Amino acid sequence: MEALNTYREGPDEKGHFGIYGGRYVAETLMPLILDLERAYGEAKIDPAFIQELDYYLEHYAGRPSPLYHAKRLSERLEGAKIYFKRDELNHTGAHKINNCLGQILLARRMNKSRIIAETGAGQHGVAVATVCALFDLDCVVYMGETDIERQAPNVFRMKLLGAEVVPVSSGSKTLKDAMNEALRDWVANVGNTFYLIGTAAGPHPYPAMVRDFQSVIGHEVREQILKAEGRLADTLVACIGGGSNAIGLFHPFLDDAGVAMIAVEAAGKGIETGAHAASITAGAPGVLHGNRTYLLQDDDGQITEAHSISAGLDYPGIGPEHAWLRDTGRVTYVSATDDEALEAFSLCTRLEGIIPALEPAHALAHVMKIAGDLPNDHLLVMNLCGRGDKDVPTVAKALGVEL
Amino acid sequence: MGNAAADRIAERFAGLRAEGRAGFVTFVTAGDPDFETSLAIVKGLPAAGADLIELGMPFSDPMADGPAIQASSQRALKAGGSLKRTLELVGAFRDGDDGTPVVLMGYYNPIYIYGVERFIDDALAAGVDGLIVVDLPPEEDEELCLPALEAGLHFIRLATPTTDEKRLPKVLTNTSGFIYFVSITGITGTKSVDSEAVAGAVSRLRESTELPIAVGFGIKTPEQAAAIARVADAAVVGSALVNRIAEGADASGEAKAGLVASVLECARELAEGVRNARLDAPAAGDRRLSSAKGS
Repeated sequence: MEALNTYREGPDEKGHFGIYGGRYVAETLMPLILDLERAYGEAKIDPAFIQELDYYLEHYAGRPSPLYHAKRLSERLEGAKIYFKRDELNHTGAHKINNCLGQILLARRMNKSRIIAETGAGQHGVAVATVCALFDLDCVVYMGETDIERQAPNVFRMKLLGAEVVPVSSGSKTLKDAMNEALRDWVANVGNTFYLIGTAAGPHPYPAMVRDFQSVIGHEVREQILKAEGRLADTLVACIGGGSNAIGLFHPFLDDAGVAMIAVEAAGKGIETGAHAASITAGAPGVLHGNRTYLLQDDDGQITEAHSISAGLDYPGIGPEHAWLRDTGRVTYVSATDDEALEAFSLCTRLEGIIPALEPAHALAHVMKIAGDLPNDHLLVMNLCGRGDKDVPTVAKALGVEL
Repeated sequence: MGNAAADRIAERFAGLRAEGRAGFVTFVTAGDPDFETSLAIVKGLPAAGADLIELGMPFSDPMADGPAIQASSQRALKAGGSLKRTLELVGAFRDGDDGTPVVLMGYYNPIYIYGVERFIDDALAAGVDGLIVVDLPPEEDEELCLPALEAGLHFIRLATPTTDEKRLPKVLTNTSGFIYFVSITGITGTKSVDSEAVAGAVSRLRESTELPIAVGFGIKTPEQAAAIARVADAAVVGSALVNRIAEGADASGEAKAGLVASVLECARELAEGVRNARLDAPAAGDRRLSSAKGS
């Protein structure tokens, strides 16, 4: 892949981005993954499929989401001109719906009647439960017990939407364990079940498919910034857990050499404490959940527990395309701590009247670090990929407020 | 294979054919609940009737395993288990047993981190005969399968109910030692095996391969083991044995007195089921075994 003049051609036919990606799954799942690859390959070039997806993105999810000049924030930070891509305004409150609409239409096309999913913060689970309600499909969402506790509003929303939420008590009881359990379910229910993965990770074709469905974010930004400014942005910033909102924003710009890109991992209580979720900053390549990528692990290859105040970033791995983009140097990967994210959360709420999710608050924390050193004509676009309603209890607890 | 003289797996299946019975394959996780107790169990298994020993390589995220084997991995890791210790356990077993084949079963990441070449060297030196790596399908053969075969380690592939006729040749390519037929669609130790469906699947597999066929993933009782032993070349039991280890350990994972004896007693009952299977009810599935008897 290094021989190509583009960063946008991957993956290869075996699902590899450089050495990353691949299809590391049990034999029981292999035929299903090959079926999915075939079905997606046909759907993505079928005008009827594209038209149907566009319809739901516009009329149901509310796309395009605005590109908003965060004027007061820009003034306060005294530097770059900051834009927010307002994906928190989508139906269900985050970018997750983009991917869910794509995959649910594919599941219908494949005649699957039962949808399973994993969720961390619950944003993906809510989006899955939503599209399952819309299309009248059975829905089972796996969620770690720890996450169920800290994201109670989303758990209730999923149940209202008719989903069965299955608590996962194995391992660290968070997103990675929910994904293990969803894979176990899939192996046991191969005939009628579609696994709707929420991030740009997992076995091929998921990383590429989820990226494609999320790339609507970047495509819209391109049009919107050209209209607003007459040129492309200088810097794009997004938070990164598995990496679906980041790859969705970045991918359409990967070959625009003048556009710098920064992905912000969760540094939790600090990289040096070991309690973080920064797989690229502090992990090493390994194989988990169907793909080779950067993972938090010990020297025996055992996966270690991630930590972040943000349940959506609390995952010890990262999408394989990000691993490759890191190695090629095309995207810069940095991190922000729980405390920095909380500070950004408050600032955004007070200055812009937007309560961001704790996930994009990590991206904003990095914007706060760099914006002041940039000139006033530097165009910076940050993906505000989720809204913070779900995080209100967590933030109250962190601030010592009893609700 | 690199060294035919030391092919314990082929020798063991040839011996079983000569005896006219199926083999009994036991699975326990290496180092569960601790290294010494685990070694005592493994050393006792051949006398309890195990014809072939599968040893689980403990992993933090065993995606194809049910609660029993997940818990066994966690006990082993908590007690200091690692891939290095697993290889040491095989070496210690080999000191007293040069005939029973040992197959390591697990997930790729610990091997990848250990280093593929170094792992193959150390596994051979310890006396490992084969590998079953759940998350390495034929599509990823270049990772470990091909270098392992080249070095003389068997690479045993899983065939499953979702492996259709079109895919089977791909699964059988670069497979050696035996075929492990996963009798259910599901994770270990959950659903129960349907022996009639297995009989049909095994006879279909036989049309495509000369390799012995072991069946596992849903066998819990001596009766189920016997039913499988009538149609397949070996029956694999894991969760039932691992459950005995769980029952024999206290809440913190420490072995209580009698744990080893309890596990071996369970193995003995299952082995008896396998050994007597064809005495009371010879079945149609025996056709290849009986025809091979005289050869």
